[in-house]
Amino acid sequence: MKWWKKSAQVALSVAVLVLAGAAQAADKIVISNWDGYMPKDLLERFKADTGIEAELSVHATNEEIMGKVTAGGGKGYDVLFVSSPFAEALNKLGLAAPVDHSKIPNIKNLYPEAMQLQHDPGNTYSVPYTWGTTGICYRSDLVKTEPQSWNDLLAPPEDVKGKETMLSTDRWLMAAALLAMGKSVNATDPETLDAAKAKLIEAKRNLLAYDDTVFYQKLVSGEAVVTHAWDGWCNYGIAENGAIKYVIPKEGSDLWVDTMVITAASENKDAAHKFIDYVLGVDNGKWVVENIMYKTPNKAGMEAIDKSLFEKYPNMAITPAELLKYEQLRDLGEGQKAFSKTVTEILAAK
Amino acid sequence: MALKDRSLLLVLPGFLWLGLFMVLPCAIIFAMAFFERGVYGGIDYGIVTAENFRRAFDPLYLSILLDSARIAFAATVLSILIAYPAAYAISRAKPALQPALLLLVLLPFWSNYLIRTYAWMVLLNREGVINGFLRWLGAIDQPLPMLYNEFAVILGLVYNYCPFVVLAIYAALQRLDPSYAEASRDLGAGATTTFLRITLPLTLPGIAAGAVFVFVLSIGNFITPDLLGGGRLQMVGNLIYDQFLTARDWPFGATLSMILIAVMMALLFLQALATNRAHGGRSHV
Amino acid sequence: MSRTLGAHLGLVFVFLYAPILMLMVLSFNSAGLPTVWTGVSLRWYARLLDSPDILKAASNSLIVAVTSAAIATLLGTLLALGVERRRVSAAADALLFAPMIIPDVVLAIALLSFFTLLKFTLGLHSIILAHVVFNIAFVCAVVRARLKNFDWSLLEVSADLGANASTTFLKVTLPLIAPAVLAGALLAFTLSVDEFIIAYFTAGAGQASTTLPMKIYAMIRFGVTPEINAMATIVMFLSFCLVLVSQRLDRNALTGRKS
Repeated sequence: MKWWKKSAQVALSVAVLVLAGAAQAADKIVISNWDGYMPKDLLERFKADTGIEAELSVHATNEEIMGKVTAGGGKGYDVLFVSSPFAEALNKLGLAAPVDHSKIPNIKNLYPEAMQLQHDPGNTYSVPYTWGTTGICYRSDLVKTEPQSWNDLLAPPEDVKGKETMLSTDRWLMAAALLAMGKSVNATDPETLDAAKAKLIEAKRNLLAYDDTVFYQKLVSGEAVVTHAWDGWCNYGIAENGAIKYVIPKEGSDLWVDTMVITAASENKDAAHKFIDYVLGVDNGKWVVENIMYKTPNKAGMEAIDKSLFEKYPNMAITPAELLKYEQLRDLGEGQKAFSKTVTEILAAK
Repeated sequence: MALKDRSLLLVLPGFLWLGLFMVLPCAIIFAMAFFERGVYGGIDYGIVTAENFRRAFDPLYLSILLDSARIAFAATVLSILIAYPAAYAISRAKPALQPALLLLVLLPFWSNYLIRTYAWMVLLNREGVINGFLRWLGAIDQPLPMLYNEFAVILGLVYNYCPFVVLAIYAALQRLDPSYAEASRDLGAGATTTFLRITLPLTLPGIAAGAVFVFVLSIGNFITPDLLGGGRLQMVGNLIYDQFLTARDWPFGATLSMILIAVMMALLFLQALATNRAHGGRSHV
Repeated sequence: MSRTLGAHLGLVFVFLYAPILMLMVLSFNSAGLPTVWTGVSLRWYARLLDSPDILKAASNSLIVAVTSAAIATLLGTLLALGVERRRVSAAADALLFAPMIIPDVVLAIALLSFFTLLKFTLGLHSIILAHVVFNIAFVCAVVRARLKNFDWSLLEVSADLGANASTTFLKVTLPLIAPAVLAGALLAFTLSVDEFIIAYFTAGAGQASTTLPMKIYAMIRFGVTPEINAMATIVMFLSFCLVLVSQRLDRNALTGRKS
């Protein structure tokens, strides 16, 4: 074949490939989430159904992805999974994009209560993914009296001393004391902070350890008998040992919500919307509950699951109406500095 | 001397790299120390202030710094005591074996810090392997509290950093001409005297380098105090991490970092002075 | 003397490998908990083979560690040679220690902010750039420690005998500092392969820039499964083989030279 014809053929093929590649590149999104928080095959199925390529970037904590997005402007990310106070901060910092409900038809799958969340009524910049409460997770067979109040954690009976753990993540650490005192979990006035600090330093003397990640394992092994826990995590313990139970103390809990946020820096906002829409589908809602034992505000998903799951994990059965009775953690704004100092004082106390 | 001029060329690439990828970026962050945190976590460039420095001089932060220094110092001393004989033993082994031995010392640290720490938790906890073993031996009847306390933190730090000390001391030991030790013995000195008067001073730079590694890495560590310490003690590493990421107060975090760096630089300067003197100055041997 | 030394070294190895053996044993744990044992199972090894993301992260870590260690060893050694040859100002000295002293969170955020300011695209390469920064300091410190006992007159002798700078370097200097350079390189590799926070902040978004520590820490929330223990066991095993193989090669090379 004449060399110029061959070159033309090669050039054409290259051009086609480049264009195809460019077209594909235009429909690619990057999601940042915790590892194991979504179905493993979700991204493959998403690509098969919509043709959009989605890549998962993992983050270990809310604080780290917040730091990365604040320092980097969110460049490179399209969808972020963050807890609600962080979503709120992202929005106030101008790093979150508005959510266009017309591009997310599956938003109808959410409970009406999930459209009225305190941090973002109407879900204008965040869409809820999972929600739940914080309470006490304990071994019913190893305690003399079952804990009923936050004070049972803060000032435990003799048989529990030295065998309990608390969460050290600042907001939840303080929430335990704030709720015990009947205050708001978003309080930042000096008297309240000092009173909470005193209670928590007292409580520290009775702790085995602060533990945010493997406390349910301590329950399973018996190292700890009472732990401060998020409900979903308690379910992991319940799965291993049926004597483990979860209770929301009588003074109340906080309603935590993990949300999906589209970054303002995203270059594929349409694709990002499609992804959120896909996640809100019935199947994925169902998966969340069945695989990671968390509650989801996805009404369609919750209704599709096997009801026997509710018997094994009673905290899953709580209704959205009940959930909304609890206060959500909000970004503390100006009060953050004093709050952080108090937490440091507690954690540094001997 | 031509060789001396060449040394400028030698150092240029390294200094350029450090200048571009360390000095410049950090200067930007440290400049933030003179501003205030924005309401939702950004920076409020409106007001220039020294308020952060005033906040930093609080007994709370001083006590955290002192505690961290104390623990880091304990970890450093223990690491050197463990690493020196080990490095010495490796340098005395057959030359063919030495690289292999060095690799074997480092191998455990090519796994992950987190799972090593979890493994220690299994070993150290009340119902763990070590307590179980000691009870089976009949050595103790109540489990020893080896976890969620300072002991565990120091153990974790020593564990993770003593191999670096081995490396540093080994590197310095290599030069040691066995004829010095021979000469010393020929002149009638005992083994201890030989070690204290000849070997130790010559290897002091290696010890100093290793000590710096452990101290510096320990003081900035935030995972070990969290997991092995049960979060019960705050070290400087946790504090700085908290300021930047949890409190999202970059200006204050920058302030604390600057103070920490100043203190560490002062310590290093003192250490360099002490080493040079003990080592007999920059004399050629 | 050498028997006590040998015993000490042996004990040190027991200390270093005790948790490693523990985590190897746990890799066969049938339960998903890294801290409670329930029975034997190979399922984590099977899951590991089925996790391309973990394997990709591991290979990324290797690339970053080898590259950053190589660059840092080169630059750090040159720095050490230049700095020890002539008196340096306290400022230069401080500069050389600074990367070790600056808290890694600070360096991480500083670099990310800096890269963002320059509109520099992030990826695996940005992690390498960042890792070289602290690795240079460690390599330099190790080689400098070695150079403190160095007989600089050897270089002058070599020059007097007619050797040019590069011959002197290759035939005189390098062989004498080789153990220190090797130690520095190994140190840099080890530091890089297990480093999390700087890698996390300077990485690009997406799997192409995810390193193994980033992946493992991200598992904390939903349980660090023994897949990681399986991964570590395989790494240990492969590295062990590497050591054995290098021994074989070394012995042959040395025998060759000696005869």
